Amino acid sequence: MVRVPKRLRLVGYRLLQAIPVLIGIVVVSFLLTRALPGDPAVYFAGPAASAESIEQIRVSMGLDRSLPVQFLAYVGDLLRGELGQSISTGQPVLTELTRRLPASLELTGFALLFSIAVAMPLGILAATRPNSWIDHLCRFVVTAGVSLPTFFTGLALVYLFYFLLGWSPAPMGRLDILYLSPPHVTGFYVIDALIDADFETARAALAQLILPAVTLGLFTLAPIARMTRAAMLQVLEGDFIRTARAAGLSSNKVLYSYALRNAILPVITTLGMVFSFALGANVLVEKVFAWPGIGSYAVEALVVSDYAAVQGFVLSMALLFVILNLLIDVTYTLVDPRLGMED
Amino acid sequence: MSIPLLDIKALTVEFGTRRGVVDAVRQVSVTVAKGETVGIVGESGSGKSVTSYAVMRILDRAGRIAGGSIVFGGINVGKADERTMRDLRGREMSMIFQNPRAALNPIRSVGRQIEDVLIEHSLATRADAREKAIDVLKAVRINDPESRYHAYPFELSGGMCQRVVIAVALACRPRLLIADEPTTGLDVTTQKAVMDLIRELTAERNMSTLLITHDLGLAAAYCDRIVVMEKGRVVEEADTATLFANPRHPYTRRLLQATPRLDSKVADLLPEEDSRRRTPSTRPPGETLLQIQDLVKVFPGKDKGDEYRAVDGLSFEVRSGESLGLVGESGCGKSTTSSMIMRLLDPTSGHILFNGEDIGAVPGKRFAGHSARASLQMVFQDPTDSLNPRWSARRSISDPLMRLASVGGSALRAKVEAVAEMVGLPDHLLDRFPHQLSGGQKARVGIARAIALEPKLLILDEPTAALDVSVQAVVLNLLVELRERLGMSYLFISHDLNVVRLLCERVLVMKAGRIVEQGSAEHLLDRPEHPYTRELLAAIPHPPSSPPRVSSESEDSVIAARWP
Repeated sequence: MVRVPKRLRLVGYRLLQAIPVLIGIVVVSFLLTRALPGDPAVYFAGPAASAESIEQIRVSMGLDRSLPVQFLAYVGDLLRGELGQSISTGQPVLTELTRRLPASLELTGFALLFSIAVAMPLGILAATRPNSWIDHLCRFVVTAGVSLPTFFTGLALVYLFYFLLGWSPAPMGRLDILYLSPPHVTGFYVIDALIDADFETARAALAQLILPAVTLGLFTLAPIARMTRAAMLQVLEGDFIRTARAAGLSSNKVLYSYALRNAILPVITTLGMVFSFALGANVLVEKVFAWPGIGSYAVEALVVSDYAAVQGFVLSMALLFVILNLLIDVTYTLVDPRLGMED
Repeated sequence: MSIPLLDIKALTVEFGTRRGVVDAVRQVSVTVAKGETVGIVGESGSGKSVTSYAVMRILDRAGRIAGGSIVFGGINVGKADERTMRDLRGREMSMIFQNPRAALNPIRSVGRQIEDVLIEHSLATRADAREKAIDVLKAVRINDPESRYHAYPFELSGGMCQRVVIAVALACRPRLLIADEPTTGLDVTTQKAVMDLIRELTAERNMSTLLITHDLGLAAAYCDRIVVMEKGRVVEEADTATLFANPRHPYTRRLLQATPRLDSKVADLLPEEDSRRRTPSTRPPGETLLQIQDLVKVFPGKDKGDEYRAVDGLSFEVRSGESLGLVGESGCGKSTTSSMIMRLLDPTSGHILFNGEDIGAVPGKRFAGHSARASLQMVFQDPTDSLNPRWSARRSISDPLMRLASVGGSALRAKVEAVAEMVGLPDHLLDRFPHQLSGGQKARVGIARAIALEPKLLILDEPTAALDVSVQAVVLNLLVELRERLGMSYLFISHDLNVVRLLCERVLVMKAGRIVEQGSAEHLLDRPEHPYTRELLAAIPHPPSSPPRVSSESEDSVIAARWP
């Protein structure tokens, strides 16, 4: 195929485009944390500290130096893979992030899987039968999902499934204390347990995961279902669908091979946006379910002006967004042959 | 007579709309015999496409066959279940459409799309589908079918795409082909190639064809029998020669008259009693208004080698009060030329002298404030897309007046109404939005907007290409009238020599960015010298002869044909 090198070039080009974005993120995250109100030296020294000891701490943390010098030191640390120490927990930021990020990713990933599994079929059904009962049902579910705040849905689900029915385990973190966490491979408990062939632990981890994932998933139903419906409706109007029907192709072929593959393009874009959005916005869900994720970590760090932790959080999120967008772009170029043309 | 392959009897199709049920097709009866080519001719809204969709049973959700019967090869299509229909579609009867590029799946290679049909109808297996698809591509005369198999629609030209659509339709060797405006939007030479291909393939396979078109000339050239439809009804049906020699229904006569022939004048397109008929004056043109000198536009390519010379050393002039035609096929650089004259594009080199001033030297971005801007106006090809959908007709016409002449208040209102009256747009339509206006009315808004500032030069870029012939006849006469009244010059850009000739004294024929031939319109038509001009002329399908009441020769030939 002649097309492959062209696409590879396109992917490479997109990768290169990510570099200035990353540099910008490093600068902005640094400046933003410095612009935060509050003085970490005061916090770290404690309430009884004298002005002298605060000053001493300030010097030891390097906060007395000018901003450019601080920035250079920060970049130097970054290049050595050093994200600094969190002043509130005393742990290296990198260790905390590698522990907490998979928890958040696991939660968001499962939430999105649930969301896709519900929203896409709903959207397709609604588009093929506009103004039928299924269309109205779709609209209702979607509106309800997006208009109920996540902490409310979360609490309602806990009340129903844990307190009343007793079907789900206590909403206390990623794994019941009766179980040992599986050996670390990916950081996703369910997957790690399955790799370890420890099905009991996998089941327990999954049981912990379901309620928070559904809570978050309900919230992200709306954009996915709406976009699927709108994209399908638009594609189904298209001339090439009429051609396919006139050529006698079966309705399944027309719907899935012809319509859905074209409609999936805007849905992929929406998925990417929803994922990044959900990853940052799941703080409330993490709080309700005592989930040791990255969101709650960041909020706590922010409150005490824990520079290293906040910078680490912003940086890792930004990196994640860039990777995600890259993935979407690459998927797009694979699905849509027309993209190879623009250079 | 034997049983016809397709027998439509008293067909009525209803559409449920927000304002109640509308009959799109009423009591329509058409038959197509084996091997016969029947044309359904009519203007937009005549129900010709709806009839064909009903035959295929691919009507929109809102549409419903409300009465009558459609029998195809002994099967009652109106009553058949969906499974039977799916077997019929594509295998026994298939359809090709207008706008071939949109009619193909944009993200599936054309070879795969042909395979889909072959596999669906069990004429190929996964193992031999590719080979068979390439055979089908070969049958529609696509060069290098092995590599075209992998092409996506966006990589092919419009004519190529239509060949692929034909390939999809004919892959299973159906008995009936329905062609719905198969060549609208294609160049005349491509149109001829596509139509000849359809005729050749259907004759070779003894297929029947139902050709749906608004173009009487096209129907005349390719059909054995013609059915004329108006507003959902069949008004006349006759074999081709009879219809042209002796049209009985007034609508057929009007349609025939509005179709430009080789020898018709612009006034001939409208009935004799019509007050809108105009004859261009024969006044000699005045001094030079626009002078183009050695104009070049180069579009840079990806690499140094593949830059594209869209316009390549063009020189011509337009005198005041003159109409100049610029004719060529898509890609010949005629639209690039008009964009450069309107200063929407900056030329690579060369001069554009307007009233002696080189406006080509003014950067396109700054031209809006230039004093010559108001004297140069343009009417665009698509009357719908060239109007802002959220502006009323009044707002659209006011826009240039407000921006370039700073007219406001009651003076603006009076001016807009005066201009609207000049183009024949009734006052009550002025507050409507584009979607509430018909094609002809939108064309009038576009013209009114362009002449509101009384420009010296009006560039007309295919102004009637999207209009029905009867509307085109009115608009062309209107343009003649406006030119006389306002003393404008026209630069008329079109791919259709036949229409250009009606309005222009002088015609330039363009190919690949250069002028290949120029001269008076009559001279070009009668004695074309360049082979390309001849090819263009030969490709235009014409109704068989001059208007029937003038020519007696054609009647004789028809009589001779009927009673040999």
